[in-house]
Amino acid sequence: MRVLSSGTTALLLEFDDLDQVLAMYTALTEDRPDGVVDIVPAARTVLLVTDPAVTSLAALEASVRALTPRPGGRPPGELVEVPVTYDGPDLPAAAELLGCAEKELVRRHTATVWTVAFCGFAPGFGYLTSPDWPFDMPRRPTPRASVPPGSVALAGEFCGVYPRASPGGWQLVGQTALAAFDLSRDPAALLRPGTRVRFVDVGSQV
Amino acid sequence: MTLRVVEPGPFTTVQDAGRPGQAAMGIGRSGACDRRSYALANRLVGNDTGAAVLEVTFGGLVLRAESELVVATTGARCAGPWPHNAPTFLRVGEEIRLGRPVTGVRTYVAVRGGLAVESVAASRSTDVLAGLGPDVVAAGDVLRVGPAAGPMPGVDLAPVAESEAGDVVVAVSLGPRADWFTGEAWSVLQSSAYVVTDDSNRIGLRLDGPSLERCRDDELPSEGLVRGAVQIPPSGRPVLFLADHPVTGGYPVLAYVDDDDVDRCAQLRPGQRVRFCAPAQSSVQVRR
Repeated sequence: MRVLSSGTTALLLEFDDLDQVLAMYTALTEDRPDGVVDIVPAARTVLLVTDPAVTSLAALEASVRALTPRPGGRPPGELVEVPVTYDGPDLPAAAELLGCAEKELVRRHTATVWTVAFCGFAPGFGYLTSPDWPFDMPRRPTPRASVPPGSVALAGEFCGVYPRASPGGWQLVGQTALAAFDLSRDPAALLRPGTRVRFVDVGSQV
Repeated sequence: MTLRVVEPGPFTTVQDAGRPGQAAMGIGRSGACDRRSYALANRLVGNDTGAAVLEVTFGGLVLRAESELVVATTGARCAGPWPHNAPTFLRVGEEIRLGRPVTGVRTYVAVRGGLAVESVAASRSTDVLAGLGPDVVAAGDVLRVGPAAGPMPGVDLAPVAESEAGDVVVAVSLGPRADWFTGEAWSVLQSSAYVVTDDSNRIGLRLDGPSLERCRDDELPSEGLVRGAVQIPPSGRPVLFLADHPVTGGYPVLAYVDDDDVDRCAQLRPGQRVRFCAPAQSSVQVRR
């Protein structure tokens, strides 16, 4: 773990891989140091945002170094089933990039149990990963100016569901009617860190 | 109790203390850009610390009281007779007319009782990046005011400094990705004046000045950031993030402005210049 300075109110912890990130994130959420306002996990880092009235960065760094990471220690979260129509405009290209038939991509995608590793990019946008998904999907060479809400998409080691229309460079493989972010719901975000997800094929066009 | 918006001015939003604690769900902090002025406005009218106020960008706001109200403005002082940094009583039908600010950009208008607009994800702040919170304030809006939270503080006038004109110097420290830049970048940042451009907004100040060059070209996995981050996109021109910054960013952060100085940055107007100064004791070598 490397501790990187991020101004007078935050510390950025850097790790070698996502597993180490999640092991420390689990430890931090279960044993939250005093004065921490936000814990923001990402692909290789965890940002700790403090209330400077409650803690100093030096005290925080000491408590973080005293924590024991908990690899795989996070209790499995709620399982959410996401119904998908696999008719995304990038499905043929995505299958070709993985070197398989479209049907096979859909079969692998629905057979995988995903876990939300972290959120970011937009409210309710979860980055889903799985040990059963060994692929590394290149992004589109040119991002789309607007990706429709509900798009189920792949990029790198991640899968995501666009909560609302936004620009995006991920490969769109399908579409869900389920709202990933709904302010009339509490919590508004369906896919929160730790939530497990299974995609269900409800009328593939393949 | 209500207020009617007669003229919103160029850009006026409702803001409070924002949405701390939800960043892990991808929801940013948002809230008032100049937190110190926001807090003072609420204190002057005896509000709770998190009460919702108006954040007025470049003045131009005209409000009409539809009930008897106590109001205080802070932050950028606008031209006109309206008393600044002082709680003022408003009778039914009376208007507040804010001219253009003399210096600074953002004026805060607190109403005793706080603005009772609908809360979204535990805050009444408009987050312009995420598209969360109330709509931008428009002419004809009727804003409901909540019940008073406590006694008036018994202060007639808060003696605070005016927003700064001319070049502004802010304190910086090395950011988490300082080692992604050439050795010159850190000294160039500190020895140059950067001009605030007019595509700056609540998300951040876009700055124009000497380019800050990277020494590596690989892609940075997105990582969390907070306000005050000085991020360098491929253009080499820095972006200084304010309240509506993204929760995570994929370009390296070279430096961080001290949190106390970010409030001053939120009052910088296009054309004004900012200089970055690292305290002597923090001018350590960049780790490589």
